[in-house]
Amino acid sequence: MTDTLFEKVWDAHVVQQLTDEVALLYVDLHLIHEVTSPQAFAGLRGASRRVRRPERTLATVDHSIPTGDRSRPIADPVAARQVDALGSNAREFGIELFDLASPGQGIVHVIGPELGATQPGMVIVCGDSHTATHGAFGAFALGIGTSEVEHVLATQCVALPRPRTLEARITGARRAGVSAKDLILALIGRIGTAGATGHVIEYTGDAIRALSMEERMTVCNMSIEAGARAGMIAPDDLTFAYLQGRPRAPTGPAWTSAVARWRALRTDPEARFDAQVSLDASSIGPQVTWGTTPGMVADITARVPDPAQLGTDTERRAAQRALEYMGLEPGMPLAGIPIDRVFLGSCTNARIEDLRAAASIVRGRHVAPRVRAMVVPGSQRVKAQAEQEGLDQVFREAGFEWRNAGCSMCLGMNDDVLGAGERCAATSNRNFEGRQGRGGRTHLMSPMMAAAAAIEGHLVDVREW
Amino acid sequence: MVESFVRHRGTVVTLLRRDVDTDQIIPKQFLKGVERTGFGPALFYDWRYRPDGSLDPAFELNSPKARGATILVTGPNFGCGSSREHAVWALAQYGFRAIIAPSFADIFASNCYRNGVLPVRLPASEVDDLVHGTEAGRREIEVDLERQVITNDHGFEARFSADPYGRELLLRGLDEISRTLLEEPSIAAYERRHG
Repeated sequence: MTDTLFEKVWDAHVVQQLTDEVALLYVDLHLIHEVTSPQAFAGLRGASRRVRRPERTLATVDHSIPTGDRSRPIADPVAARQVDALGSNAREFGIELFDLASPGQGIVHVIGPELGATQPGMVIVCGDSHTATHGAFGAFALGIGTSEVEHVLATQCVALPRPRTLEARITGARRAGVSAKDLILALIGRIGTAGATGHVIEYTGDAIRALSMEERMTVCNMSIEAGARAGMIAPDDLTFAYLQGRPRAPTGPAWTSAVARWRALRTDPEARFDAQVSLDASSIGPQVTWGTTPGMVADITARVPDPAQLGTDTERRAAQRALEYMGLEPGMPLAGIPIDRVFLGSCTNARIEDLRAAASIVRGRHVAPRVRAMVVPGSQRVKAQAEQEGLDQVFREAGFEWRNAGCSMCLGMNDDVLGAGERCAATSNRNFEGRQGRGGRTHLMSPMMAAAAAIEGHLVDVREW
Repeated sequence: MVESFVRHRGTVVTLLRRDVDTDQIIPKQFLKGVERTGFGPALFYDWRYRPDGSLDPAFELNSPKARGATILVTGPNFGCGSSREHAVWALAQYGFRAIIAPSFADIFASNCYRNGVLPVRLPASEVDDLVHGTEAGRREIEVDLERQVITNDHGFEARFSADPYGRELLLRGLDEISRTLLEEPSIAAYERRHG
């Protein structure tokens, strides 16, 4: 056997080879949300088509919903209409929906694993680029557009050119204060925002094996930020232990045979990747972005780079533009940059371990004056778990707002937005211009780093705490 | 039904930035609708309009020379970030039929093929040649998907290679779902094998 993990999953799902490159793949799990699905359902209705496998489809509301008081109706009438549309589409086509009233509601990439719906060896799609999150279980999980959403609803298949493979081998022991977020940010900094375009990344090495399932999800989640089609990690005992007993996981003899099957989902020793990159985890410090792409990132001990020192003309121009937008000067130390807002949330970093890590920093302290900080749990179950552990009290007493689950300020489709010029320490995944609000300035970092920044009122090296 | 694309003659506008992400192409506040239409005026909203809503004359698409342009020439990794197909709808509804860049984000390119917009990948040096030609006033070019070549009336010629599947979708203006449903026996056979 000489196949990579990705090739095994791909080959097992080919329904029909359409061209040399493109195959029709069968989809095991289709996740949908309110923003990228209404036009797809309208298309189905217009062509009198049905949903081929409603039982393989799972819907939730996350992107445009408010994260405040749920007893009141959604104030934004346009967002309300979109949320209602998902409700009526789910009813009409027989799809299970985790709506605002459901204790299972949450960010689509948080609830899939939480339910045990995400399983090793699956092909998983969603009209959302962070679908790669599910690759942490050894699934081939990728984001698709709305036309493809309609296509999957109608046919349960997706037509894809076969991606190439890239091994990202991360070895060595992480130092204290360094998280999974820092590993993936450092990797994106190394290979660039298009470093993995056309590829599926398989994350390997002892530093990856040492990660918890939630940490693996953080790593895979940001694969798209390096341009990758998907990110994957081979399943192991930790994966199986995470899944066992979850509502959608197999039970009894089916569980035993599933685990036996899943154990074969690993890259064979003789298998070859199309490309390879390695990273030494022990040399990585906490990372902070300074620019307007996730690839514009540096160690917190570094200074804002000088665009004039960069290699090519386009890079220089891009860095210059980024610094102008971010209101930063070359040579400024990153530690010490003052912030106005803190956002602890998103499909990257809003699971229970993220909230525990952040809470351990803020416990007994208080958010700096003039800083507004919020915690938006990734799902209502994460929220309930945190409340059971008393974390909500820790955050509230420290001056954080404690919200309901949703995508919230990661993309600012609801009221949670930055004002022009406001600077935010964010645990989310994109620092694009205007992403969190027009003129808003985003610095991406880990939950611990964001929590420490909230307390200090400026970017700070959490290792000095 | 998708608008077919066989060949297109049009004028070029250049937007020489790298990593233009889909949040720039269509900002989030325009994603709350349930229709596929009405996105053209919101294209590049934060760059095109000043905070008071007036056009920003410094933005490339607002230059008088850009009026009527149907071909966008831009930097590497165009369309990165979010999978929102609204980005392609906005470009198409603004009037763009083809986008030429050294590289595209995967999901974005895939969305283009399904909306009658051709993503053309050219080496950076050939993109530079196109840009220089445009600056010298040679703004009209022809993009021929059948022959996979870009030409102008002044001797410029660049060959490109489109994804064969996407090319077929565009050339024939195919409805992808109808095409896939022709494979029904294979899909049904897969389902019988796997449940």
